[in-house]
Amino acid sequence: MDLHELTILKALELIQTRAISSTELTKAVIDRIDKVENKVNAYITLVPEEALISAAMADQEIKQGNFLPLGGIPLAIKDLICTAGLKTTCGSKILADFIPPYDAGLITKLKQAGAVIIGKLNMDEFAMGSTNEHSAFKNTHNPWDLSRIPGGSSGGSAAAVAADMCLGAFGSDTGGSIRQPASHCGVVGMKPTYGRISRFGLVAFASSLDQIGPLAKSVGDCALLLKTASGYDPRDSTSVNKSVPDYSDLKANGLKNLKIGIPKEFLAVKGIDADVLRVINSTIETFKALGAEIIDISLPHTKYSVAVYYVIAPAEASSNLARYDGVKYGFRSDEAENLDQMYSKTRSKGFGTEVQRRIILGTYALSSGYYDAYYKKASQVRTLIIKDYKQAFNLCDLILTPVTPTPAFKIGEKIEDPLQLYLSDIFTISANLAGIPGICVPAGFSDKGLPIGMQLLGSHFQEDLLLNAAYNFEQATDFHRKKPDL
Amino acid sequence: MKISKNEVLHVAKLAHLTIDKEDVEKLSKQISSILDYVDTLKQVDTNCVKPTSHALLLTNAFREDTPKEHLDLEKALANAPKKEKDAFIVPKII
Repeated sequence: MDLHELTILKALELIQTRAISSTELTKAVIDRIDKVENKVNAYITLVPEEALISAAMADQEIKQGNFLPLGGIPLAIKDLICTAGLKTTCGSKILADFIPPYDAGLITKLKQAGAVIIGKLNMDEFAMGSTNEHSAFKNTHNPWDLSRIPGGSSGGSAAAVAADMCLGAFGSDTGGSIRQPASHCGVVGMKPTYGRISRFGLVAFASSLDQIGPLAKSVGDCALLLKTASGYDPRDSTSVNKSVPDYSDLKANGLKNLKIGIPKEFLAVKGIDADVLRVINSTIETFKALGAEIIDISLPHTKYSVAVYYVIAPAEASSNLARYDGVKYGFRSDEAENLDQMYSKTRSKGFGTEVQRRIILGTYALSSGYYDAYYKKASQVRTLIIKDYKQAFNLCDLILTPVTPTPAFKIGEKIEDPLQLYLSDIFTISANLAGIPGICVPAGFSDKGLPIGMQLLGSHFQEDLLLNAAYNFEQATDFHRKKPDL
Repeated sequence: MKISKNEVLHVAKLAHLTIDKEDVEKLSKQISSILDYVDTLKQVDTNCVKPTSHALLLTNAFREDTPKEHLDLEKALANAPKKEKDAFIVPKII
């Protein structure tokens, strides 16, 4: 096996037994990027020299017997998580040259854990999109079929992990932005409970929904990344002060006593691809064989989750993105004659079409006369969706659903019809509205050979239960072993 | 619910966005179709249902009001599109 293909856990073992060095591993990953980046387009910024310096430092630590949790492991970061001194563009022209003066809470933790940061990954502008076609800089291609989208908004993250262009990555998930690209690219992706990982230094999209999470080649890697990233941060007022369990303590002992609920509403969604249904049905059989009990449940209000989301997320975004005014940082139009013009010319030139569409939608939903009909109504239905999940978790431990209605589609296929694209978020969005954790695990392939993931959802702070079920599933199947042919 | 071209222009102005003439009609159509879809929420009886702004029941996070380290001037101004001495420069306001 080539070094760039290693999982994090295997690489740590080899580094700690001095079979390989972090420098060798990091060089192998850089070589891999050199070879396939022109096909995949996963990175916005690459910092190979800095990565090799960090790798050399990690090697020094290891020589002295200091084994850090991610010591010497090359990781990559979605380009909306602030990295001190390293450009953070958010996939937007308005932040094209923005160099953060500080590290995000996540980055501080990763550096303390000895990780090597190799670059910043492509994304839909401000995380608004599910194809990466809304990046201001480039289209990322799906490593399994370069004519297809990798998913989004963490599309660069999922594609880079799938193509072995990093050992693991961190993205963000506001309505499915980690789980959906993970499914399309055949990797593991997790959205933890809201508040589990600090959002300090995560560029805000919709603050009540945004959550950072890992993308990885295996469930074991995902657990280690989550464990390293989790924990209280007083700089994020929504960070939850709750101890972090040892997520890496995974046991393939079967799943007796585990009750998994299948929401009938999810399988009744119009337009689910036959391949996706086949994969979900075979996933159910695998869980039964592992000893889990499968029961039918109902989440009656989740069919409204897309409508709720496309009021709440744009409303929060319209407020969050008001800060981009061309004054203190970011792009400024130099065509303005007065302050008002400076604001509007800066914002119109700096933001792409999808971001402007959502700002207008959100501003409208919050505007006088429409607030009750849209924002208040959506927030009330959100309460009912949360109640649905609470009731469901009285009956079952975890919930199994598809991640997306179809496998990855062609680049350009849906870009002209935003509503059709929004509707494909139906399986992932309600977890963000309810703040619960969800994980996507590779679960099969379409007839055309495209990866298809399955999603497990758990109650708040049940990441350990989710990971253990996902691990048992992974150990009983071999979908995660297949690699794209690049 | 339909949003007219004039409403698009009005809301864009509130959000400090300048929309090209040829884009106004497209935006009005696209946003109207999203709003039509959002109207499915009218089917839900939300009488006596409290709105949720955060999924976890978080209360205000307070801290002691003590001075801490902050960004120094040089760092705070480093990304400014226009600056002079210790200030951000903007077009003349008055």
